[in-house]
Amino acid sequence: MSAHVPERVRREDEQLARERQKIARDGPKLKGAKLEARLERTWSRPRGIIGWLATVDHKEIGRRYIVTALLFLSLGGVLALAMRVQLAQPDNALISAQRYNELFTMHGSTMMFLFAVPVMEGVAVFIIPLMLGTRSTAFPRLNAFSYFMYLFGGLLLWGAFLLNIGPDIGWFAYTPLSGPQFSPGKRADIWAQMITFTEVSALAAAVVLVCTILKTRAPGMTLARMPLFAWAMLVVAVMIIFSMPAVALASSMLISDRLIGTNFYNAYEHGDALLWQHLFWFFGHPEVYIIFLPATGFVSVITETFCRRPVFAYPIVVLALISTGILAFGLWVHHMFATGLPRVGYSFYTSASMTVAIPTALQIFCWLATMWDGRPRFQVPMLYVVGFIVTFVIGGLSGVIIASVPLDLQLHDTYFIVAHFHYVLIGGAVFPLLGILTYWYPKITGRMMSDTLGKIGFWMILLGFQLTFFPMHFAGLLGMPRRVYTYPAGLGLELPNLLSSIGAFVVAAAVVLFVINGLFSLYRGAIAPSNPWGASTLEWAAASPPRPYNFAHIPVVESRTPLWDAEGELPVVTGLRVDEKEILLTTVVAATPDLREPVPAASLWPLIAAIAVGVLFVSSIFSPWAVVFGAIPSAIALTAWFWPKDLKRQPEPVIS
Amino acid sequence: MTVDGRASVVPLALAASACSYQHYQSTFGNAATEARQFNILFVIFLVICAIMYLAVIAFLIASIARRRRAGEANTVEEGRHHVSNPLMRTGLISWGAVVGSGLVALTIASFIADRSMASAAANEKLSITVTGNQWWWDVEYNAGDSSKMVRTANEIHLPVGVPARIYLKSNDVIHSFWLPSLAGKQDLIPGRDTDITVVPRKVGIYRGQCAEFCGAEHAKMALVVDVDSYRDFIKWWQHQLQPAPAPTTPLAKAGYAFVTSRNCSVCHAIAGTPASGTVGPDLTHFASRRTIAAGAMPMSEGNLYGWVEDPQSIKPGSKMPTIGLEPNELHAVVAYLETLK
Repeated sequence: MSAHVPERVRREDEQLARERQKIARDGPKLKGAKLEARLERTWSRPRGIIGWLATVDHKEIGRRYIVTALLFLSLGGVLALAMRVQLAQPDNALISAQRYNELFTMHGSTMMFLFAVPVMEGVAVFIIPLMLGTRSTAFPRLNAFSYFMYLFGGLLLWGAFLLNIGPDIGWFAYTPLSGPQFSPGKRADIWAQMITFTEVSALAAAVVLVCTILKTRAPGMTLARMPLFAWAMLVVAVMIIFSMPAVALASSMLISDRLIGTNFYNAYEHGDALLWQHLFWFFGHPEVYIIFLPATGFVSVITETFCRRPVFAYPIVVLALISTGILAFGLWVHHMFATGLPRVGYSFYTSASMTVAIPTALQIFCWLATMWDGRPRFQVPMLYVVGFIVTFVIGGLSGVIIASVPLDLQLHDTYFIVAHFHYVLIGGAVFPLLGILTYWYPKITGRMMSDTLGKIGFWMILLGFQLTFFPMHFAGLLGMPRRVYTYPAGLGLELPNLLSSIGAFVVAAAVVLFVINGLFSLYRGAIAPSNPWGASTLEWAAASPPRPYNFAHIPVVESRTPLWDAEGELPVVTGLRVDEKEILLTTVVAATPDLREPVPAASLWPLIAAIAVGVLFVSSIFSPWAVVFGAIPSAIALTAWFWPKDLKRQPEPVIS
Repeated sequence: MTVDGRASVVPLALAASACSYQHYQSTFGNAATEARQFNILFVIFLVICAIMYLAVIAFLIASIARRRRAGEANTVEEGRHHVSNPLMRTGLISWGAVVGSGLVALTIASFIADRSMASAAANEKLSITVTGNQWWWDVEYNAGDSSKMVRTANEIHLPVGVPARIYLKSNDVIHSFWLPSLAGKQDLIPGRDTDITVVPRKVGIYRGQCAEFCGAEHAKMALVVDVDSYRDFIKWWQHQLQPAPAPTTPLAKAGYAFVTSRNCSVCHAIAGTPASGTVGPDLTHFASRRTIAAGAMPMSEGNLYGWVEDPQSIKPGSKMPTIGLEPNELHAVVAYLETLK
């Protein structure tokens, strides 16, 4: 019976098949300027403010991510300066204890949740599709939603701070201090909900990145030919997917302790204060690598381009990334060596913490071997790689020191730790970030950043950084605990603190210089060709800045360094529709062409959904019923988001 | 001997000279077995890490400074650049082996130090319970016989050479008990029992501080540790067992009346008087301590006036309220408190 097809349907099928023949696709018949004009029309978003809000173009979303994250970096930096002014001299009464506690809470939360993770995601969202030779990320609307959730989380935190109800419980929010008994008011709730926003955002971005990296690579870009930055982001995105739920759970339990009187963390009602620390650090330690691994990707990218050699021992670097990603989940207890858990159990975490140094040490060797083998050109991005190695290795080695239980019992929660993680996070992540922003600036804006200003800024930040953070090792050894708003005179802490405070202003000046360079070059920088650095990866085959469709034809990859190996033009595949947005999906390992995938059009619904979810999150600070009533608009927004454009049969399926 | 000389100084005189501050609150204090082991282990780590760092920097400089052959110009070399350099391959393997064995050595050193620290004070002779409160330390010297128990606050006396175990509890949030010059730190966690051991080796006065963020006045939650000779310690301990001396001057008597009948006694206890509150620090031998308000200020008459009159301006957020004493009440209370030697 199934064989019998009504005449009407059969005729319609034939009609559709004829129409399918007429669909415009790129290929020998449609190429060059004509193709580009049509692709431009298809891939451009609607004009005006609506189109601006509705865009699903990964490049626009990536740019917004980067700019927003840099704004939060500046805000967090201003807080750091305020703290350094307060600590410049002993017994200073400039900033009150309460205000100071808010400052370091905001500084830590802003830097970790609103700057470091989002900026890495933003860079990846911008560059990964270009690097992989495709036209869009997977799930572009989810990508837009992720940005708006991040933005709203940041606005919640900073809005609260400006209204003087900002959190004052530290970026780690240890219970029971953050619980209902010791933190009445809404400060702690605002922190916890900011976490929820950034969790949702990071999880969404991670899903987008994993699917983009695994399914949209150019044909021929097998996993073994994938750029190291894509490998780093793949590992990071998987780490986000596994680690963020721990803190989402932890913060939800905290909110429910505070809002509806559960006792998850209340030791006097059979809860456990340490449960928070386990859950928080199960997320918090991988978080450090979520920030650091993208930076190792940056270092690989820059080293390769400026040494004109592929990174030495590619398989080792990939394995180092993966093993770091796995080991990162076995280290969390080294944040809890002073909590009195069984001593022998601690030895395991000491060993694991030591072990994680090995893949990083191997990566360092690989970059240095690449430099040895090639001839490094010391333009600004490469200078940042050198600054990274000089600085980060100190942080890595002080990490080895505090991996030891007896040493950590002295150094834990002192300024030695503050020095350690700033060496790791600024030296290890911010230096490569500044390098890669200089490096990809021409791809993002179409202009070059000033080399002179870049070099001045580099030396300022490198030396200013050492002046700020090296003395902190001594402050810690001389007995200065973290998170104190002042310290007494006579302990020998005056000099290291004064040096740190002076250095902080040098670092701030260098960051201001970087921003000035970025803004100035936007209008006055030299016009960038498509491949100004002579790099090897596919993003440099696209125009600077890229057209909305990225590539007129999807390139085909035959080696790990396609632009260096291509004789003349890159080989391409053709046949994607040009009248609708469409990308090519390839297989996960071998990257052979698999499917043509329609790409959703620009839509306001991700924004509306983010607003609906945001209202739910914010109002649930005040009433548990907000979860019930807030779910209704969220469900409506999601339904509209996924509503198909057209229920009529099409020659080829297209989603709205 | 200087040891006895220093210990016999009137306790009120805070050892404020710069020289006695030198190892007052520093991990280089070396004043106990634990701190010494820390220092030895720290030096071992520092040396091995410094060697590794210098190796990296040497390789970096060599890579930058290496003279390239004329053929190795600024271009990608066709066909050759995917073949890794055999010298570097050997280097990578050796580097992995060196780093790996270095880390194994450090892990073993760390483990041995940890074990020996755990056994150093295994048979403690002195048992103390320290309870953390926002933002002060309640100190009890445990003894089988309750008449031998001493209660004090924000100040611990230890006899030199005697292994002591300090049991740690918290009444509110998580604190961390840290004595940089003597031992490491250990958290005080509500609902959990932790402890730290210390075998003091050097007579002297040391400062410790809360190391876990515990709220508004976390920075002003310090304590003083006085390591005495055994004789001095016994003297101190026996003195602490005494109840508070009865006031003699009329002013002190007025102060006594106020303290024991008005706001103060709700929170504070003074042995031998009706004041028996347990919310705040025990005041029985308050004036013999070196600091006021958990290290917020050195003990002196002037500071005592300041603290009693307006604690909230000195340590905002402290649980001790500013009660607005009349001047005559203030004089009386301070006069009485000063008798609590």
